[in-house]
Amino acid sequence: MKPNMNAARRSFLLKSAAVSGGLLVGFRLPGIAVAAEEAKKGVEVTHWIMIHPDDSIAIRIARSELGQGSFTGLAQLVVEELEADWSKVRPEYADVNEHIKRKRVWGGMSTGGSRSIRDSQEYLRKAGAAAREMLVAAAAQKLEVPAAELSVANGVITHKASGRSVRFGQVAATAAEFEVPKEPKLKDPKDWKVIGKSLPRFDIPEKVNGQQIYAADMRLPGMLHASVAQVPVFGGKLKGYDEAKIKGMRGVKKVVAADDWVAVVADNWWRAHQALKAMPIEWDGGEHTKVSSESIKQFLRTGIEAGDVPVARKDGDVDAAMKSAAKVVEAEFYAPYLNHSTMEPQTATALAKDDSIEVWVGTQNGEATIAAASEAAGVPLENVIVHKMHAGGGFGRRGPHQEYTRQAVKIAQSMPGTPVRLQWSREEDMQQGRYRPVAMVKLRGGLDQNGNWIAWNVRQADQSILSTVDLGPNIRVKDGVDPIGTRVFSDNPYAVPNFRNEYAMRNTHVPPGFWRAVAHTHNPFFRECFIDELAHAAGKDPYQFRRPLLEKKTKDLGVLDAVAKAAAWEKPVKAGLQRGIAVVDGYGSFTAAVVELAVKDKAIQVERVIVAIDSGYVVNPDAVKAQIESGIIWALSALMHEEITIKDGRVEQTNFADYPVLRLAHTPKVESLIVPSGGFWGGIGEPPMIAVIPAACNAIFAATGKRPRSLPLKHEGFSYA
Amino acid sequence: MATFNVNAKEVKVDVEPEMPLLWVLRDELGLTGTKYGCGISVCGACTVHIDGEPVRSCVLPNSAAVGKKITTIEGLSQDSSHPIQKAWVQLQVPQCGYCQSGMIMAAAALLKSKKQPTDADIEEAMTNICRCGTYVRVRDAIHAAAKLAA
Ligand code: FES
Ligand code: FES
Repeated sequence: MKPNMNAARRSFLLKSAAVSGGLLVGFRLPGIAVAAEEAKKGVEVTHWIMIHPDDSIAIRIARSELGQGSFTGLAQLVVEELEADWSKVRPEYADVNEHIKRKRVWGGMSTGGSRSIRDSQEYLRKAGAAAREMLVAAAAQKLEVPAAELSVANGVITHKASGRSVRFGQVAATAAEFEVPKEPKLKDPKDWKVIGKSLPRFDIPEKVNGQQIYAADMRLPGMLHASVAQVPVFGGKLKGYDEAKIKGMRGVKKVVAADDWVAVVADNWWRAHQALKAMPIEWDGGEHTKVSSESIKQFLRTGIEAGDVPVARKDGDVDAAMKSAAKVVEAEFYAPYLNHSTMEPQTATALAKDDSIEVWVGTQNGEATIAAASEAAGVPLENVIVHKMHAGGGFGRRGPHQEYTRQAVKIAQSMPGTPVRLQWSREEDMQQGRYRPVAMVKLRGGLDQNGNWIAWNVRQADQSILSTVDLGPNIRVKDGVDPIGTRVFSDNPYAVPNFRNEYAMRNTHVPPGFWRAVAHTHNPFFRECFIDELAHAAGKDPYQFRRPLLEKKTKDLGVLDAVAKAAAWEKPVKAGLQRGIAVVDGYGSFTAAVVELAVKDKAIQVERVIVAIDSGYVVNPDAVKAQIESGIIWALSALMHEEITIKDGRVEQTNFADYPVLRLAHTPKVESLIVPSGGFWGGIGEPPMIAVIPAACNAIFAATGKRPRSLPLKHEGFSYA
Repeated sequence: MATFNVNAKEVKVDVEPEMPLLWVLRDELGLTGTKYGCGISVCGACTVHIDGEPVRSCVLPNSAAVGKKITTIEGLSQDSSHPIQKAWVQLQVPQCGYCQSGMIMAAAALLKSKKQPTDADIEEAMTNICRCGTYVRVRDAIHAAAKLAA
C-alpha cells in the first residue's frame, strides 16, 4: 500500500472543523459534526471513519436521523467490514460545509424515498473494508510481518503466529497515510455478524430523558425567537401590516417582512407569537381566492373526461380487448390532500455574520438546506455552516422544501450577530404544508368469459409534484407524464396482456410535496381495491385471483403468500371478523398486508394487521419491525381521519383538533413478517405502509358489501370503534 | 417575580402571569425537554407533572403552577432509571422522539395511579399524539414498566 496525500487532506479537515465548531465551543453540541477539540485528537482514516487514540471511532453519517434508525443502520454497514468494536463506535453527521468544500465526498445526503441504506450500502461497506485494509497494512508495518498473516476482530489486529497484536487506535495515524483502496474485498453476506443484528439504536437514550436537542430546542447566548405568518392563499402577497399596534408589547424586538410573509421577533417564542397574532396583517390573495376543494375536484374531473391524454405505459391493445370482454368493471376513486404534520413544527435557527451564515435545522437533506440558506443569504455555499439536528419527524416534509430555512436566514440577516430561532406555530405548519397531492382515477377492467383479466385501462387525473420540484435529470416530467405520479400503475406487476396507463396532469395552486410513500399512498388504494373488485366480478377469491397474475413476479408472490399463510387464508376468518388482502412493491421492497376487522354500525374495529416485507437484505430487524408498526399507524390514520380541504384558496384545517390523527386507543394488533430473500437492498421507511390501506378497504367491503372509493372514510360515516 | 418549584428546585422568574407554563419552562428556564406540539392541549407533547398529576403545560397559565411541585422530563429521574424510561430503552420505543417526553410523563403518571394498568387503562390514559406511530411499543412498554416496578 502506498502513502498518499492524506496529510494535506487532514489538515484541511482540521481547519474547517475548527470553523464549524465556531461560536459553539463550550456549548453542548447536539448531534453536530466534529467538534474542533475532538477533531484534533482523532485521525481521519478515510472521510467516513475517524479513529481516536483511545480506540473510539466516529462514523460519519451523511443521511439524516428521523427516528427510522439511520444513524445505527448506516454505522452497522461500515462496522461490518471494518471489524471494529461496536461498543467504541459513535455516529456523527458528516459536515455539510466540508461536504461542499471537499466536492461532495460523502455522496448523497437526501434522506427520502427510503433510500438511506439502499443507495449507500455499497460505498459504506467498501468504506469499512478499505479502512480495515489500511489499518492492517499499518499493523503489518509496525509488527514487521506480512499483512496476510494478520487477522482482525473487534478493533484488534492480531498476528497469531507470534501472539502479538495492536489496536486500531495505535496504527490509525500510519493507516491514514496509505492510499485508500478503491476495490476492497467485501464479505460474503453469509459471514455477516453486524448486518442483520437488532443492535440498540444510538439515538434512543437521549430521547427518554429530554436531552435530545432538536432544532426547536436550540439555545444560544443572546438568541431571540420568531413566529411567522405566511400568506394563507398560496401564491399571494403581503399587502401590509400595522406594526404600531404591537409597539410596547413585552419582549418584542422587531418585525421582519418579506414578499409573502411577516415575522415577529421577541425574547420568548410565546411573546413573539402573541404579538404576531395581535398585529393586523393584510394579504393580497392574488388570483386563487376562489379555489375550493369542490372546484379542485371538478378540475380533476376534466382530466378524467378529457379525450386524448399522455400515456405512461401501453401493452397490447386495450380498446380491442375491452370490446371483446365478457364483463367490464368500472370504478372511480379519489384521494385528498394530506399534511405531514411532523410533531416538531418546521423550525430553523440562523445566525448571520459579515458574509457568512450559520443555521441549525432538522433536515432530510443537508445539501438542500445549505443551498437554500446560501441562496436566501446571497452568500456562497462555502460561507454557509449547516448544523444538522435530528428532526422531530420528517416524512418528506423537510427535504427539498426549505422555506423555514430561508425565512430564518432572512430574519437573522436583518439582525446580524444575533441568533434567531424561527419556529412555525402548529397552525402555520398545518396551513403551509407541502401536501400529498389530490388524485382521481377512473379504472376499467375487462374479464373474459372464464374470468381471466384481459384488459385494463387506467386514467389518472393527478397533481404533479415534479412540476414544482427538480430532483435532477433522472426523474423529471417527460411528455406530460410525472413518473412519480404514475408509480404503482406504470410499473404494474400483474400480467394483464392489454394495459394502458393514461395520465392527465391537473396542477392546482396548492403546493404539493413528498408525503411518506408519495404516490404509493393513494395509487395502491386505487389499484388493489380495483383488483379485489375484479376478483369478485370473476367469482374468484381475491388471493387466488392474484396468484397466477404474479406468477413471474416471484418476490411479490412471496410476500403475498407469506401474509396469506400467516392469516390462514385458506380457512374461514375468525367469527365476527372480515379480512382483506393486498400486495404492492415500491422503493425497492416488496410488501403485502392482511387486515382483519369488524364493522358494526359504521364503527370499524381493526383487530389485526399483518404486514410482510421482503427488502432483500435486512440491516437491523428491530428497526424494520418499528417501521412496520409505524407504517401501519400512518396508513390507518390516513384511511380514517386525514384530509386537508381548501376554501377561498386557503387551507381550512388549523391544528390537530380539525386534522385529527390516529391515537393509541385505535392501535390494532400488529404482526410483522420480515421475509428477506437476499440478493438486493430494498427500502424500509415507506414500503411497510403501502399495502395496508387497500387491504383494510377490501376487508371493509367484505364486511359491508360496499366499496370505499374515496378517503378519508370519516366522510362515509365511518369511525374507529 | 414568580417563584416556581421545578424539579425540586426553587426558581424565580419575571414573567407575565398568563404566559403558559410551557414557555416559562422552555424559553425562560431552558428546560427544553418539554415540547411544543399544538399549543391547544390536544397532542400532549407538553405534558409535565404538577403535584404528581399529568398536566398539559401549553394551556396552563404559569400563575396556576406557583406554589406547586412541577416535574419535567429532566426531573423524572437523575439517570433515566424510572421504570418507564428503562422499559422505553429496553423496547426501543422512541422513533423521532419529539413526542416522547410528553408520552413518558403521561405514562409515568399512569403507572403511579395504577400499578398494573390494563390495555383499557392505557388506552384511556395515553391520548398523546405520536406521529411516528410508536403506540404499539408504548403499550407494550407500559406493561413492561409495570413489571419492572413491581
Ligand atoms: S403542545 Fe400542549 S397539548 Fe400539544
Ligand atoms: S416518536 Fe416521533 S412523534 Fe412520537
